[in-house]
Amino acid sequence: MNKREFLKDMILFIPAGGVLHALAQQAHGLAAGDPGPYGSDYDPSDHLYGMGIEVEKCIGCNRCVEACKIENDVPQEPYYFRTWIERYTIGGDGEAVVESISTQPQPGGDPGPEDRDILRTFFVPKLCNQCANPPCVQVCPVGATFQTKDGVVLVDETRCIGCSYCIQACPYGARYLDPRTKTADKCTFCYHRIIKGMLPACVEVCPTQARIFGDMRSRASRLMRFERMNKINVLKPDLNTEPKVRYAQLDGEVR
Amino acid sequence: MKVPEQVIRIGIVVAVLLTVVLVLRFAVIPPSLFSTEQHQSSTIKRELATPVMHAGVATCRQCHADEFDRKSAGYHKGITCEACHGAGEVHANDPMSVKPIAPRDRKFCPVCHGYDPSRPTGFPQINPTAHNPVKPCIACHDPHDPVPPETPAECSACHAQIERTKALSSHALLPCTTCHEATEQHKIQPRMALPDKPSGREFCGQCHASDSRNRSAPKVDLAAHGDSYLCWECHYPHLPEGR
Repeated sequence: MNKREFLKDMILFIPAGGVLHALAQQAHGLAAGDPGPYGSDYDPSDHLYGMGIEVEKCIGCNRCVEACKIENDVPQEPYYFRTWIERYTIGGDGEAVVESISTQPQPGGDPGPEDRDILRTFFVPKLCNQCANPPCVQVCPVGATFQTKDGVVLVDETRCIGCSYCIQACPYGARYLDPRTKTADKCTFCYHRIIKGMLPACVEVCPTQARIFGDMRSRASRLMRFERMNKINVLKPDLNTEPKVRYAQLDGEVR
Repeated sequence: MKVPEQVIRIGIVVAVLLTVVLVLRFAVIPPSLFSTEQHQSSTIKRELATPVMHAGVATCRQCHADEFDRKSAGYHKGITCEACHGAGEVHANDPMSVKPIAPRDRKFCPVCHGYDPSRPTGFPQINPTAHNPVKPCIACHDPHDPVPPETPAECSACHAQIERTKALSSHALLPCTTCHEATEQHKIQPRMALPDKPSGREFCGQCHASDSRNRSAPKVDLAAHGDSYLCWECHYPHLPEGR
């Protein structure tokens, strides 16, 4: 490039920069006048959602799993779950066997291995822990997954490139790659329901109230009452993910 | 030391370029172009547009108040309609043409009530193969008010957690009826007819007062011990170790 060409290009470049600037200012103005995605009568910073799970109440009926699949249009194949139930069986030798009972087409019918010497056995509902320090958000290379102000981790399916890094990073195995869109998907606490003041679908249908949902910013919420009345544990506390799914009567074997 | 002229020149060029870049980045281009706010906001919008499928029990109640009230008085009071009848928002919007499912065969109830060793102790379970084979469950049990044909005799059938705690305590040998009197009605409608509880210090004093005739129970002087507090404000009667 010689000097003449360079100057010619500059003549084009500077007005183009001006146009870009004008467009950007316009976009900024639009954003400022927008009431936001929630509308005017909901302020997300007033809320912080969490779920409590009372392990001793879970009967492993899978109603929550089925309701979740219907509510959130999760693929029906038994490999894709936003929430699922695990059966823990601790044998006489102290070894814990974990299996997902949500993969069975007819839950509750199979009593599991009878010949083993069983010390104790129970069900544990699992779902996305909506961590306050989410590893999945940290590793996303395109910033497609993020935390809302009310504490829910969401995935932008138009940004997600389907690299599955977040699925690997999640210590709770709560994410899956949707086979239809080839993007990562996960539990949203039924975000479209809770904003309207409804309960997540799994909490709505749980027949034994093993799941409690509520707002951590309100001391009167069912969740805060649950946390006052029970000794609370979270899954893998050593990872410092600070989960917002809290378990009561959690066995030490549960991972 | 004299700085060579060409170094000063290149220094000026670098400084000008740097200033231009910094001005462009921080003054000309508005922060909204870099912020993640807009794509996050559009994600939230998309998320909020997801159709609701489960109407919630309050919606069901508006039309089906009778069933709701009947259910609320019985053992199934904690179960929402959609746990058995499936997602009902479509039905709620168009009640005439879309009917929710109403499971009537023997397959459905054992989803919760079939025996499974992992289920919590005390949860009512049956062996679906041996329990009145072929007969549909609703022939004997009304799903909205499922009274068991035979009421469990032991309190532990429902109060398993208390029973297990008590079994470890020094009150293990006392039957529940030592302190609680439950009417027959309590077994049919547990919340409607609550069993009674001791009301005063004298009740515990029957065994634990210093002038009691019970020999094995530890004794305290009711007049001097624990001011005017009730016994169970410090001692949990189902696990009465002093604390």
